[in-house]
Amino acid sequence: MLDKHAKLERNALAFVFAIIFVASIGGIVEIAPLFTIDETVEEVEDMRVYTPLEVAGRNIYIREGCYACHSQMIRTLQDEVERYGPYSLAVESQYDHPMLWGSKRTGPDLARLGEKYSDAWHVAHLINPRDVVPSSVMPSYAWLQRNSLKYEDMDLHLAALRRVGVPYTDEMIESAAHDTYGQAKPDSERADAFMERYGEDSNVRAFDGDPGHLTEMDALVAYLQILGRLTDVAHQQASNSTGGE
Amino acid sequence: MSKPERDPYTGLMTTGHEWNGIKELMTPIPGPVKFFLALTILSAVLLWILYPTWPYGPGYTKGVLGVDQRTLVENNLTKSAALRSVWEDRFTSAEMSALEADDDAMTFVRSHGARLFEDNCSACHGLDAAGGPGFPSLTDDQWLWGGDAETILETLRVGINAPHDETRYAEMLAFGDQGMLNSEERRTLTDYVISLSRPDELTKEQKELLPAGAELFDANCSSCHGEDGGGSHDVGAPNLTDDFWIYGGDAASIAATLRHGRIGVMPYWEDRLSEADLRLLSLYVRDLRPNQQ
Repeated sequence: MLDKHAKLERNALAFVFAIIFVASIGGIVEIAPLFTIDETVEEVEDMRVYTPLEVAGRNIYIREGCYACHSQMIRTLQDEVERYGPYSLAVESQYDHPMLWGSKRTGPDLARLGEKYSDAWHVAHLINPRDVVPSSVMPSYAWLQRNSLKYEDMDLHLAALRRVGVPYTDEMIESAAHDTYGQAKPDSERADAFMERYGEDSNVRAFDGDPGHLTEMDALVAYLQILGRLTDVAHQQASNSTGGE
Repeated sequence: MSKPERDPYTGLMTTGHEWNGIKELMTPIPGPVKFFLALTILSAVLLWILYPTWPYGPGYTKGVLGVDQRTLVENNLTKSAALRSVWEDRFTSAEMSALEADDDAMTFVRSHGARLFEDNCSACHGLDAAGGPGFPSLTDDQWLWGGDAETILETLRVGINAPHDETRYAEMLAFGDQGMLNSEERRTLTDYVISLSRPDELTKEQKELLPAGAELFDANCSSCHGEDGGGSHDVGAPNLTDDFWIYGGDAASIAATLRHGRIGVMPYWEDRLSEADLRLLSLYVRDLRPNQQ
């Protein structure tokens, strides 16, 4: 066998192909089957899409690099499940493009942050984290409260997401800008139209406490409040397996 | 390029390469390395049999041990739940009042509850539970919805203005923004509200308007805050006659509250914490206030 190896080493092109083949075995075995194995991504009925305001908030989350210090992935480890809640399922990131699982936790995991704290807390915390958590090392993001949200082009963002598989309807894309505005302005006509499209259970609130001004704070808080709440499946699975604890 | 030849000093073959008279020995792989390489390959085969490994189209080999990350973590959770039940059962079965009177139980509440509080409540209410602007202090004896352990438990369970079906609901109306009171009326009313707790702060001119303020209060505020401004636990309306203020008791803060309204949110914890933890936390919070009952 060693003789054959000597022969291979002397044939440059064959050697290159041999290296590519061997190096790709890991990828072929670990990645390719994920597209064919049925149980990779759970099928759930109650999975909902991000609203345009939440998409805008997600873009801010990416822009400010929140993922560098916060993960969004609760692993199948006892201490994580006991601290953060049911472990993350693949389907919960189904509409995440790109996914924001992260791998570093300077701050806590955010996968189940939605509705854990009030909007007012998030606003106070983002303006100056030390006002509410004295020991925090998180930077201040006070400008989010001052910056008006750029929402006129939200239809393009939604259209791009639809191209990679998020089931937005034509109507949702067409009225994306109006819906972005409506979700942060309760009791307005646009809020009613928004709820008709995205469901009565969607959060319609003045997230930053000021319904008169649509800010980046509105968008980011709206996004943070939906984390882990796009579907109930993780909670159902947890209560089925541990007998309703 | 020369032909492989036997090296006269070591007795090994050369590779056949030669650079300016330097030749390379074809040294065979040392025995121990070969041994461990074989061992690695062998253990890989063993792991293929024991653990989930090879994919085939719609599925994958599950391995004879049937190991699965999710089952593992669920078993661990069940095990730790069983360990916890030693002390948890006492908190889920006994009456709250009985637990409060039980010194042994309360010692446990004080140590374990502190950690639960730090993890879940301190973000808003502060590590010392003294609250802050917009977040009520839990260390005094003033409560919006009532301060006995059972009531605190219910508040923890369903939250206030939270996305829970049975949540407690309370809203201070935006009397200014919604055009119910004009700015002059709001100013008179602000002074009246100040007079309920700190009448000495008002000037003579302000005092002269108090009867008008009382009339406005009676018409707009008394249905929730009560005729005397004492508040109501039934609707979560704060007492306006004491020195406890969530959003500030100075004239500017009261004026802002009157103008823009307030909808304070307390998250609900029913889905996040177990029944035992909720009850333990209620007892802990109840225990925070000064001992003067």
